[in-house]
Amino acid sequence: MKKIRVLIAKPGLDGHDRGAKVVARALRDAGMEVIYTGIQKTPEDIVEAAIQEDVDAVGLSILSGAHMTLFPRVTKLLRKRGMGDVLVVGGGIIPPKDALELKKAGVAEVFGPGTPLNTIVDFIEKNVGKKPDVAG
Amino acid sequence: MSLVEGLRNGDKRAVAKLISLIEDGDAAATAAIREIYSMTGKAHVVGVSGPPGTGKSTLIFRLAQEFRKRGKKVGIIAVDPTSPISGGALLGDRVRMGDLASDEGVFIRSMGTRGRLGGVSAATSDAINVLDAYGSDIIFVETAGAGQTDVEVSDLVHTTVVVVMPGVGDEVQALKAGLFEVAHIFVVNKADLGDADRVASDLSIMLELGEQGDWTPPVLTAVALRGEAEKEVADFLEEHLTHLRESGRMEEKKRRRAEKELMIAISESVLERSLALSSGRSFMSFVDEVLEKRMSPREAAIRLLEESHSGD
Amino acid sequence: MSDEATLKDIERARREWEKRTLARSLEASPERSGKFMTTSSQEVGSLYTPSDNADLEYMEDLGFPGEYPFTRGVHATMYRGRLWTMRQFAGHGSAEDTNARYRYLLEHGETGLSVAFDMPTLYGFSTDDREAEGEFGICGVACASLEDMEILFEGIPVDQVSTSMTINGPAAVLWAMYIAMAENRGMGSEVLRGTIQNDILKEYQAQKEWIFPPEPHMRLVVDTIEYASEHLPLWNPISISGYHIREAGSTAVQELAFTLSNGFEYVKWCVERGLEVDSFAPRLSFFFNAHSDLFEEVAKYRAARRIWAREMKERFAARNPRSWWMRFHTQTAGVSLTAQQPENNIVRVAIQALAAVLGGTQSLHTNSMDEAWAVPTERAVRIALRTQQIIAHESGVTSTADPLGGSYYLEWMTDHMEEEAYRYFDRIEELGGVIPAIGKGFYQREIARSAYRYQREIERKERVIVGVNAHITEEPEVVEYLRIDREAERRQLKRLKRVREKRDSRKVRGALEGLRKAAEGEDNLMPPILECARAYATLGETVETLKEVFGLYEEPLVY
Repeated sequence: MKKIRVLIAKPGLDGHDRGAKVVARALRDAGMEVIYTGIQKTPEDIVEAAIQEDVDAVGLSILSGAHMTLFPRVTKLLRKRGMGDVLVVGGGIIPPKDALELKKAGVAEVFGPGTPLNTIVDFIEKNVGKKPDVAG
Repeated sequence: MSLVEGLRNGDKRAVAKLISLIEDGDAAATAAIREIYSMTGKAHVVGVSGPPGTGKSTLIFRLAQEFRKRGKKVGIIAVDPTSPISGGALLGDRVRMGDLASDEGVFIRSMGTRGRLGGVSAATSDAINVLDAYGSDIIFVETAGAGQTDVEVSDLVHTTVVVVMPGVGDEVQALKAGLFEVAHIFVVNKADLGDADRVASDLSIMLELGEQGDWTPPVLTAVALRGEAEKEVADFLEEHLTHLRESGRMEEKKRRRAEKELMIAISESVLERSLALSSGRSFMSFVDEVLEKRMSPREAAIRLLEESHSGD
Repeated sequence: MSDEATLKDIERARREWEKRTLARSLEASPERSGKFMTTSSQEVGSLYTPSDNADLEYMEDLGFPGEYPFTRGVHATMYRGRLWTMRQFAGHGSAEDTNARYRYLLEHGETGLSVAFDMPTLYGFSTDDREAEGEFGICGVACASLEDMEILFEGIPVDQVSTSMTINGPAAVLWAMYIAMAENRGMGSEVLRGTIQNDILKEYQAQKEWIFPPEPHMRLVVDTIEYASEHLPLWNPISISGYHIREAGSTAVQELAFTLSNGFEYVKWCVERGLEVDSFAPRLSFFFNAHSDLFEEVAKYRAARRIWAREMKERFAARNPRSWWMRFHTQTAGVSLTAQQPENNIVRVAIQALAAVLGGTQSLHTNSMDEAWAVPTERAVRIALRTQQIIAHESGVTSTADPLGGSYYLEWMTDHMEEEAYRYFDRIEELGGVIPAIGKGFYQREIARSAYRYQREIERKERVIVGVNAHITEEPEVVEYLRIDREAERRQLKRLKRVREKRDSRKVRGALEGLRKAAEGEDNLMPPILECARAYATLGETVETLKEVFGLYEEPLVY
């Protein structure tokens, strides 16, 4: 039986992993296989892990504010490595205007503080495997 | 390009997708394994087991670095339990593996046990085959948990490393679930956290009391976090491999592995078959028989199987 | 507190009341919820009476403010004498930007400074290190060399204003830059007042801003404590912090227990170094969180003071009453801020700040309403500061010491939290002490569990968060927020380049080499670190030198 596999990753320097871990557990409780990378991963490490783990989705969490630099790097690298079909979502302290820009850069959805866990679970369940592979 | 071709060309994506097909029980996986099976049997397969929290992943990380220095291609399979309630799993072993994943010569895959009957799954066994065919020189299989899964994995590997750490005094007791007997190397990890020497001497005493074979498991102390002792462990891994080859034990091991793989394959087939039976029409009528105490479960099972065979 | 006969009467009367009045009332209209619980999921009874305080001994457990065991406060006059220090944590962009913000805050009545550093600085990287990419100036100000420190405090009378620096892993290095900055302005280090957070244990447990393994980090902490006791008598060389433990998701009891047990661990290390307990204990300071559950928070502060005083006196045999004091800074709970309907956060912060004041805090930071989105705007910061001023001057709670003391509920809660804290002390002891417990992932597991439970309670609506899972409005949130000027980053990089060019590079090399040698030995590292700061060695260079000797740390993983 096919199971949804999700990589939960923390790019950037900040060590605030409360959100990432809570989301990881919620996805696990929703029957998904969750691969957690730990804090302070470079976009390169994250994409390499996404490839080897053959995940359907990547969840990026960041609270330091460096999302505008690091999230687009992940989506770009994924496309470059032929993993453009992987669903990328983000979470953290991200102002609405930034969220709009991130969506243009290939992040499917941005979840701010206070997002109910079910919203995140539902979004991933509904949207994995839907993106056409725009391998470049 | 097919996945098998991709694997032959060293494409990590193909390797990853192949393992996914295996995990998902996809029919395409059966065909692919048939194709690559003759390419397997070259890697040194090492099981790393022990209670949760003992630092197995960090130790593997350090060992992988060490074997990279020795020019070897490294595969890592980290197995974590699947939640029996939700069917999901949290696979966190990569955290310990640092930036190893970005090394061309390393492939790391996390797997959930996915709640199959019979402990270690066919998926683990076939994932080993995939990494073997991919050209890994050494494959580490990490299993977390103190018990059956670890012991079962020992039938699939050449060398079993058992990791313990100093704690509250019952470290050795905790290994009684059969893990003690299958170990080829003991590592007392996190030696900085307490009385590692006591744990090591407890282990040595237990070993002396046990049966003496032609390989006496060394008991090593380590602080994997600081990168201490991985050279020593790596040396012993190579020594054990040499020992297996020279003593003729390797042939025995290979036979055991073949037996085990076949047994796993049989039980998976039987399991599939019984699942098919349980959704069949006559299953419910046999349940009624059992419920009304007209038949014992065992008797009902035999009759059900006979019926299904005659219907074939 | 009451005599036995009276207690029996009260208990009897209470049972009567339950049968008669309460039962009837429940019949007419049942309670809103099957279970009432605090923010920390502690169940709360419907009423507390003197029988819930039966074991309370007034003199032994409460006493008088300014006297052992300090449950009612560390000063005899409390806020009748002096109000708490209103200290807003601030920092963003370059040193120039933050210097302007500090002047603004001081003009608006703030009484102490509190420096927020950016992520690279917190991890000991200079702005031009590869790891710093994308992180400059967002969470705080970048401070990569003595020159940044000089600009940061330009025009600010550092001999009069006290400065708190939230810095842990590289605390000794930033502190050295601060001391060197004052020296260059002709001041002796003995006049400097302030605090460095310097609490590395909670980094391993909760916030994860460590650099080295625990042992060398602890050595650095003891080095700074020892140095302060000899050269900076007005400085708090450590602020033992529960704040981040709580932010990471712990309960109030866990915050209390882990913070205190970390405090004892520092004391143990200093004593093992050979320091006389009374020579440093009076300068140990604390830092707690303030959530919205008012009574739970007040009880936490009171229990903390009582436990600390008792253990310092009895276990560590401190004789100076100042060593028994627990002085603490409080910050309102960042995690309680909601991105939805951000204005509601003003009210949350007001309640939390009130809890801190009722709990007898010595200094306070109030969060701004927009911080669930980004670093705050000046307007939002001003409202946050005004909140403190309203509590100070309009609420009346500052007119008497420990105004809630004697509340049956509060005293029960204080006792209960104290008991639970001691249970945790025993657990940690069983695991072999604080550092082994970190290695075994104990704290991380405890905190992650509490965080998950809390979130599940919100999801199941067992816990109502206004604007999040109840009273939701659909309109999109429009908040202004501060954007970091990219120009500032270019300016900073240019400055750093200039610093590297104009400094005496031989002196830098010599200072770094001196530090390396000292790190390999056992001497106090503050003097060689100061030499590095004076020579304008960068933060990255100084920390890198220590990394080469001490190595790096990796955490055990738990969810």
